[in-house]
Amino acid sequence: MSDETDRRDPGDVGPGFMDAAELTIREGIARYVIGFVLASLLTAASFYVLNTSLIWGPGIPVALIVLAIAQMGVHLVFFLHINTAPDNTNNVLALAFGVLIVALVIAGSLWIMDHLNQNMMPMHQMMQMQR
Amino acid sequence: MSATDTPFERAGDPYRVGRSRDWVSTGAGRGHVYATGHGEGGPASKRVIVGYGFWIFLLSDIVMFSAFFAAHAVLQTATAGGPSGRELFNLWSIVAQTAFLLVSSFTCGLSAVATEARNQLWTQVALLVTGLFGLGFLVLEGRDFAGMVMQGAGPDRSAFLSSLFAVVGLHGLHVSAGLLWLGTMMAQIFVKGFRADILRRLVCFNLFWHALDIIWVALFTVVYLIGLGR
Repeated sequence: MSDETDRRDPGDVGPGFMDAAELTIREGIARYVIGFVLASLLTAASFYVLNTSLIWGPGIPVALIVLAIAQMGVHLVFFLHINTAPDNTNNVLALAFGVLIVALVIAGSLWIMDHLNQNMMPMHQMMQMQR
Repeated sequence: MSATDTPFERAGDPYRVGRSRDWVSTGAGRGHVYATGHGEGGPASKRVIVGYGFWIFLLSDIVMFSAFFAAHAVLQTATAGGPSGRELFNLWSIVAQTAFLLVSSFTCGLSAVATEARNQLWTQVALLVTGLFGLGFLVLEGRDFAGMVMQGAGPDRSAFLSSLFAVVGLHGLHVSAGLLWLGTMMAQIFVKGFRADILRRLVCFNLFWHALDIIWVALFTVVYLIGLGR
């Protein structure tokens, strides 16, 4: 094992790799710093939005979810190095499939459970029937 | 032939998406002569395959988390007369946990830069800082959990609290496993150096730690912030 080497093919990128092209240390650090600053700003914005009157009250959860999705995007691009470079296609396709399943599970559960709730007899009526 | 004058760049194809064996053998473009991972040139390097495989695992892990999130989203109002999130959550503890995990994700990235530069000292330092912030996160989360259980708001109080402890606890378990992994990676780098197999494990660990932070983003938004706003 110890004499085994992994040659870096500049044309191939796995997730988590810096880039197809070799980055200098300075560029590598700069990338993480940009990601960190953006993520911090979005996090701060999330906590700010929570107690603000700038946004219409019922819209706050929507704003929070938008900010969270934006932050996940920042993490994916700057920390996990998932981007749109052609050599990243496999990683992006796997991610797209993952996002599809996650969206189906969450949206589907909420949708179905909400319908069941609406179609259910109100609790006090059910109590009366059991008497 | 200069680097700007390859057949690919002339054809407006700087990334050589449309590369074929002919181009690779005749053109002296940016790529290797051995175009691994592009079908014709043979299999991709082990490093790429390991990274890709771990990425698939992470995505499946995220799919599992999505089920826990869906359960929590459905049960968020099912407090059964017990305390709701607004009464239980401590905003400043959540802020601190978020900051700790974000900083640890950042230093984990810096450790990857140090690893690329094959710098043992800075890799170890960055990994140590990552681990300490991860530990701080776990301590704060454990304190929050203990406080809630003491108030009689344990996972057995209501469906809301069951789902809360399940999804947050699952993330906490992942962080604990990550810390264990981090410790073993530090020892392996120390003893074995930057061997090819160790480097692959480090790539996987980095992916794992960053993915944990992505899940935390969803968690503090959906569970804590929206829960507090209710």
